[in-house]
Amino acid sequence: MSAARPPVFLERQSYRHRRLIDASRVVPVFGLMLFLVPLLWPQPQPEAQGAPGQVALAGRGLYLFLAWGGLVAVTALISQRLRSRLAAAAPPPARTGGEAAEGVSDGAGGADVL
Amino acid sequence: MSFDLLVSVSLVYVGFLFGIAYWAERRARRGGVRWLRSPLVYTLSLSIYCTAWTFYGAVGYASRSGLEFLTIYIGPSLVLFGWWWILRKLVRIGRSQRITSIADLISSRYGKSAMLGGIVTLIAVVGTTPYIALQLQSVTLSFGVFAEGAPGSFPVPDQRPTAIWVAGGMAVFAILFGTRNVDANERHHGVVTAIAAEALVKLFALLAVGIFIVWGVAGGIGPVAERIDASSLARIPLDRGRWLALIFVSGAALLVLPRMFQVLVVENEDERHLATASWAFPLYLALMSVFVIPIAAVGMSELPSWANPDLFVLTLPLAHGQDMLALLAFLGGFSSATSMVIVAAIALATMISNHIVLPLWLSLRKGAPGNLRLVLLSARRLAIAGVLGLGYVYYVWSGGGRELAAIGIISFVGVVQVMPAAVGGIFWRGATRRGAAAGVLLGAAVWAYTLFLPSFGHGVILPDRLFAQGPFGIGWLRPQALFGIEGLDPVVHAVIWSMAANCTAFLLGSITAFPAPLERLQGAQFVNVYDHSQGPRGWSQSRAEAEDLLIMAQRILGPRQAQDLFAGEARRQGKAGFLPDTSPDFLDRLERELAGSVGAATAHAMIGQIAIGTAVSVEDLMAVAGEAAQILEHSIQLQAKSDELSRTARQLREANRKLTELSVQKDSFLGQISHELRTPMTSIRSFSEILMDGEGMDPGARQRFAAIIHDEAERLTRLLDALLDLSVLEHGQAPLNCETVRLRDLIGRAVAATGSVGPGAGLAVRREILEEDVVLRTDADRLAQVFINIIANARKYCDADEPQLRIVVQRHGARLTVDFIDNGSGIRPRDQGVIFEKFSRLSDQSAAGSAGLGLAICREILQKLGGSIAYLPGQGGAAFRVTLPLDISACAA
Repeated sequence: MSAARPPVFLERQSYRHRRLIDASRVVPVFGLMLFLVPLLWPQPQPEAQGAPGQVALAGRGLYLFLAWGGLVAVTALISQRLRSRLAAAAPPPARTGGEAAEGVSDGAGGADVL
Repeated sequence: MSFDLLVSVSLVYVGFLFGIAYWAERRARRGGVRWLRSPLVYTLSLSIYCTAWTFYGAVGYASRSGLEFLTIYIGPSLVLFGWWWILRKLVRIGRSQRITSIADLISSRYGKSAMLGGIVTLIAVVGTTPYIALQLQSVTLSFGVFAEGAPGSFPVPDQRPTAIWVAGGMAVFAILFGTRNVDANERHHGVVTAIAAEALVKLFALLAVGIFIVWGVAGGIGPVAERIDASSLARIPLDRGRWLALIFVSGAALLVLPRMFQVLVVENEDERHLATASWAFPLYLALMSVFVIPIAAVGMSELPSWANPDLFVLTLPLAHGQDMLALLAFLGGFSSATSMVIVAAIALATMISNHIVLPLWLSLRKGAPGNLRLVLLSARRLAIAGVLGLGYVYYVWSGGGRELAAIGIISFVGVVQVMPAAVGGIFWRGATRRGAAAGVLLGAAVWAYTLFLPSFGHGVILPDRLFAQGPFGIGWLRPQALFGIEGLDPVVHAVIWSMAANCTAFLLGSITAFPAPLERLQGAQFVNVYDHSQGPRGWSQSRAEAEDLLIMAQRILGPRQAQDLFAGEARRQGKAGFLPDTSPDFLDRLERELAGSVGAATAHAMIGQIAIGTAVSVEDLMAVAGEAAQILEHSIQLQAKSDELSRTARQLREANRKLTELSVQKDSFLGQISHELRTPMTSIRSFSEILMDGEGMDPGARQRFAAIIHDEAERLTRLLDALLDLSVLEHGQAPLNCETVRLRDLIGRAVAATGSVGPGAGLAVRREILEEDVVLRTDADRLAQVFINIIANARKYCDADEPQLRIVVQRHGARLTVDFIDNGSGIRPRDQGVIFEKFSRLSDQSAAGSAGLGLAICREILQKLGGSIAYLPGQGGAAFRVTLPLDISACAA
């Protein structure tokens, strides 16, 4: 094993951090799926003037807001943990000319060369 | 409630906002900005996304389209949930490149292109103007509600003065707090704090109205749910295409709306604030929209059908006699409108001044830039006034009649045309200026043709005939049915075609173009922003005078700020005074600092003017890199040459060694030959001297001496003959005399020639006559010479008691071997290697008459004849193998 090779396995803390980033990336995808559920709902019958053509609009609204709230809660959980990591690693908030190096590595940010 | 009271409440509220902004500016100036830059303030400042469109329009929107209004908030929520993907990168880029606006982002990404900056600015202005008009409309409408007491029936002509007053007030606020400083990248603490306060007011107002409606009017959650399900809202079908398209458009708009970019990226103090905003802002949006459906449902059931649903938020409390609540709602709507207009005006003014006015001004007044700071500030102030003026003109012109939501969506779709270039630019290094310009222009054109211009109504700008038959009667170019696809919702139609055209042009343009070096550098910096936090060197060691730079910087930044900057830099370099060395580092930093005021393109151009000829251009860097590559190539070539030289030297050393060896050989050859020649000469000379002096010599002795002289002379002749022979053979001058001969005859001749008398006469020669019956084509005399030599040697040196020589002949295809094997003691192994050398005589025994040239001559002859001679060990005596071709001509060929 040469020392120059990046380690294959990370220590527990970094591992958790990476998975946290994964989770944070998945949330919007999951959220989009939740918000696309309305596409599956049956349409109200336009011709029916009375009660039969109606749908439970309140229930549908409730679903959307519950999904919304759930996503907010999950994101809050993830983001606050990421934030504390960022706090340790991020450059100082003041505008300085040269920024410190990125402490939290971005998994997908592999440099493509042109 | 009287109109006067309303106006005075508004004025007090505006005064309160001024106070907050002023206070925040002062706090920031004194350094007490700790909580001003808290994540909470950042999140609340994002709330300018919720304009009067949200505050009033959402209810109207919901009452027309049901749940669809939620898409406008779901899109941005999703973008914020995914902050780690895009927003984090945008903010990082904005901070490291000192981006001042969305136009600056795109201009800077695509090689600090002034053209792209201008294009994006124009699109932003066109896309934002209706939006500002929308805010003016909503504020004047809300005034109208109170003034008339009867919603929606306020006569239009009387609204105009209100709109002018509102627009004027907003312009003053934006100019006061938005253009205090020329550095657009500097945080506008006053403005941000004020809009954060406004965010709280509008949230509080809307929640208060909602709570009042649900619990005060409808009587709790259960009854409200029943009312909702019973209302006509529940019969509105969900347009699935619009649901998808609007989620996409609103999410994309969050990233590129000028005002959103301003608060999200430019005003961002700290990347970590994003982590908080990622959940807090969606929460804010959810709270803003949670009571919309109940308000709409209750409003529709309680208010007369002619009531404008866009104003339910105001009219419902009024209808229930809740004047104070209505006033609060009015202030909420007022806040929504003012905060959006102020930030949008500041963002647009920055873009207009940096990407349109300044480049024009600089190109018109080449040479003497004058006081740029003043130009810049005036340009921004005028631009703010101009943007609000445009909004007012649009409002008056469009009549203010249409519903709020429609205008908002139209302007969203327009601004979103910038999104592919922006997002593509920060993730794809292959994105180029040409692709970005093509995509943005084409997308904007399609948007204008299919959505924006038709939105004024059929026959207003585009003639009626165009909608029915298409331009010049080309049916598939009808603005709302491109390519003959009819029946689509106009917004969905416009989104699909504009984005398709935009992305296609962007991709094709990017793929086919080759970017300029600066563009490639910027691309790498944007895409790999997490890797390079420090930009690449744009400047080499400059001959630019620090004083010139200071003069320029003062013109842009203002004397004090510029001097502070220069003094700080000088201190950093360990110098006193105001003039630091114009190191590349310093030039880079200065360019960034200026970019914060005038945008990347202009800053680059201005430093380029002063630091002229100091290898500004990346082309030069590339050239340097090219030279380096050439040098590398040279050195590789040199290396190859040097390798070749050392190879040659090795070969020369080798040759030299051989020559030395040859010279030694020659010396020893000469030594030997003179020795060989001298021995007979010595005896000839001494015996002839004896003969000359011998007066009384008896005849017998004289006879003997003469015989000795004769023998020695003969031996000399033989030696010289042999030498001559060898020399002729060695130099290849001996002609071959080829003939056909029978081997048996040849061997017989040789055996006979060696004679059966003299020393070695007792040698018995055993031959295999039958095997010898082979016909050869060769030089018979030369071959006989070889055989004679070998047989003579055997006669001389075979030391057996009964010496005998076997001659064995074998055929191997076209070759023939003739072995001469005697039964003597043979040749010692260490001597076997030298017997074919000249003058090699193994012993002095019976050496008389031999010069040691015989076998050497044999070897030469056989080489000529295409054969070889070798010592054959292990035969019980000395053995020589002669190998011959059967036909010499076949061999020679």
